[in-house]
Amino acid sequence: MTGSHKLLAVDDVSVFYEKFRAINHVDIAVEAGDVVSIIGANGAGKSTLLKAIIGQADHVEGRISFAGETIIGRTTEAIVASGIMLVPEGRRLFPSLTVEENLRLGWDVGRKGEIGFADVWRLFPVLEDRRRQKAGSLSGGQQQMVALGRALLANPRLLLCDEISLGLAPLVINELYTLIPQIKARGIGILIVEQDIERSLAVADHFYCLLEGRVSLSGRPGEVNRDLVMKHYFGL
Amino acid sequence: MVAVWANQLLQGVMLGGLYTLFAIGLSLSAGVMRFVNIAHGDFIVLTCYVLLLLGTLLGINPVVATLIVLPIAFLFGFGLQRFLLQRVVGENVLLVILVTFALSIIIENGLLEGFGADPQKISGGWMETATVALGSGINVGLFQIVTFVAAVALVAVLDLLLYRTGIGAKIRAVSDDVAAANLIGLSSVRVYAIAMGITFVTIGIAAGFVSIWTNFDPASGPTRLLVAFEVIVMGGLGSLWGSLVGGIVLGVAQAVGGQFDIAWQIMAGHIVFLIVLALRPQGLFPKY
Amino acid sequence: MVILNGARAIFAVGVVAMAAAPFLFGANHVVLLTEFMSMLVLAIMWNLLAGYADIVTVGQHAYVGVGAYAFFGFAALAGFNPYLSILLAGLVALAIAVPTMILVFRLRTAYLAIGTWVVAELLMLASGKLNAWGGGSGTSLPISIVLGFGRARGDRLATIYWLAFALAAVAMLATYFLLRSRIGIGLTAMRDNEEGAAAVGVNITYARILCFLGTAPFLGIAGAVITLQKLRISPPASFSITDWTVFIIFNVVIGGIGSFEGPIIGTIVYFLLRQYLADLGAWHLILLGSFSIVIILIEKRGLWGLIRRGLGDDLIPIAHKPSANFEGAAKAGINATASDNRQ
Repeated sequence: MTGSHKLLAVDDVSVFYEKFRAINHVDIAVEAGDVVSIIGANGAGKSTLLKAIIGQADHVEGRISFAGETIIGRTTEAIVASGIMLVPEGRRLFPSLTVEENLRLGWDVGRKGEIGFADVWRLFPVLEDRRRQKAGSLSGGQQQMVALGRALLANPRLLLCDEISLGLAPLVINELYTLIPQIKARGIGILIVEQDIERSLAVADHFYCLLEGRVSLSGRPGEVNRDLVMKHYFGL
Repeated sequence: MVAVWANQLLQGVMLGGLYTLFAIGLSLSAGVMRFVNIAHGDFIVLTCYVLLLLGTLLGINPVVATLIVLPIAFLFGFGLQRFLLQRVVGENVLLVILVTFALSIIIENGLLEGFGADPQKISGGWMETATVALGSGINVGLFQIVTFVAAVALVAVLDLLLYRTGIGAKIRAVSDDVAAANLIGLSSVRVYAIAMGITFVTIGIAAGFVSIWTNFDPASGPTRLLVAFEVIVMGGLGSLWGSLVGGIVLGVAQAVGGQFDIAWQIMAGHIVFLIVLALRPQGLFPKY
Repeated sequence: MVILNGARAIFAVGVVAMAAAPFLFGANHVVLLTEFMSMLVLAIMWNLLAGYADIVTVGQHAYVGVGAYAFFGFAALAGFNPYLSILLAGLVALAIAVPTMILVFRLRTAYLAIGTWVVAELLMLASGKLNAWGGGSGTSLPISIVLGFGRARGDRLATIYWLAFALAAVAMLATYFLLRSRIGIGLTAMRDNEEGAAAVGVNITYARILCFLGTAPFLGIAGAVITLQKLRISPPASFSITDWTVFIIFNVVIGGIGSFEGPIIGTIVYFLLRQYLADLGAWHLILLGSFSIVIILIEKRGLWGLIRRGLGDDLIPIAHKPSANFEGAAKAGINATASDNRQ
């Protein structure tokens, strides 16, 4: 499979936890500058897939290539430095570090590039006021902003977003999702993993529906019937 | 009478400085990597013997010898963590205890075979015998003051390192949430190794002072470990300045007990530790 | 299945042989077996705490010493009946365990372990202050006490052996019934999945307290029995960390921590190694320590874990484990976030 023009190519990938097959022969592709949504119920394997891509899954079979180069077996450190960055489920900031220190870590681990602190403050003005505040004392929405800002400061070519709407109020989620097109406009590919079907399909160019570790449905959001999506989401 | 007690108190505080030097490395390694290195005290003793060798074989004076040892100590700690202890980080506590216990026994017996059981000491020359008179019959050893100042300075330097440098932020990040660090590409393996390297630099400094302060022999390690342990628990896990306070508390307790005999000196320390544990288990300045 | 039943038969024969040991073996062997029984009790207790209750301690030598000194106090100083003194030694150990537990349970994991070590050090130093007990150098057990266990040497050795054997037997039975009880099942559940056990309603704290306090009297009585073998008390010997903690830990890990058979195998291996490696002195300890690390890296369940793969089931059946598939699914699904933190 020639994937040299694909930003990310996940070919026939299976991920195991001991003997349990959490991801089952999955094929996913992300083109440069595309937004791809992966939807699925809890336990469908969405987070596992992202962990496999970022290099944090122990037992992975198949092929994963990023900009034509294979990344299975490389360290997360190397993968991040080459241009993939994860916004982890549950934010996973470092609570005793300040906002600024959390953001700077993103810069330190990433590919140095155009996006800098000025961009992050512009995107999230509320964070600039709180730059010296400990990240653990922020609200959920603000923490999600820091997590996103941290990922952007790594200047990724591909951004992996794991359930960024989890635990946040609807207004806050709306605000966050307005950022997706802005990030896409900078040429960054985005792979969004979500339980919230509506919002993620609204911003996506392509989507995949995961059910019990398999891709049960895929396509362009506009071309697929909503009811069909629901059926595959719930496995009916 | 007052002068006698004031002297004892002051001795205790100065001793606290020495104890802080023991503890500061343990505070860092235990706080960051979340395990207690049972061989910590034995590594201090091992370094004392290295300094002894440098002094007797090569005639190097203690200060220079300590300075030479520090970068070697960093590399040694880095390697120890990277290639041995990393395998047991995050695993169940039993494995860590086993491995560090085994290390402790290997060092003690190795030193015994190599140097014999006789107590050793490095001479501090004029600095060791000089005293400073503070008036009203209160005297303090110059070396004791220098040790205390060194302890305070070391705590301050580490504080700066942790809170004002990039590597310090990384160390704190990894100690907050190691899994999150790994997820974003911050290699906890490398950060841990650096943290252990820093810990061993403090071990080198501690050895430099304790080798002159008092006798040491191959079996001295566990005593040093228990001191460091009591200091960090009393001071509050994760707090550097807390270690200084914990050290002083222990030092003063031991100075009071030491009025009677050496057994009471050590017992007084343990008793005060248990009292603090009973009244304030999280320590005096807990971070967690 | 045949092999398993064969192994069980051998075990049963072994137990009978041990019960009749003074009739079957000469004095030297009886002495050795007495020591074996004492070490076995210590191993069983440490294994119960570290392997089942998830409480790793490096301070159990405290109770051995306390038991030794308490026995001396009751028997030699207060003139109580020696057998009664042995039991009282266990009670004193229990009394010491209560405040110890209250204090050290404020700490977690490795800190708790070293906390128990601190307590042991304190007790050892304090015992060196007791002049009636010989102070810092200790003292010998009065001949009258010793003779109270039998005028003839053969009778004495047999009596002391049976005391040790009885203690080991009671220790094994008590552990067996505990592990098969609700508490024991809860402990095993907790060991495998702490959150799950709490959700099912197992009172973990109560179980751990019970285990910690329950081991103390056994350790104390073992201390009394050991004193009968050594005929002396002294702070460094009665409270020896090397003999009553370090060796024990290595033995249990080698034999197989968290299993019923492990401490038995580990103690046997220890005695075999000691016979053949006696000349190595200090290196004996290093060898044992290195061996235990190698074992735990290869097979967490120790030598017994290796043997069990071949046997297919426990020699002494206690519980069952879920299938690997189930465990894997549990890790992937339910513990998706929790398992991150364990990495």
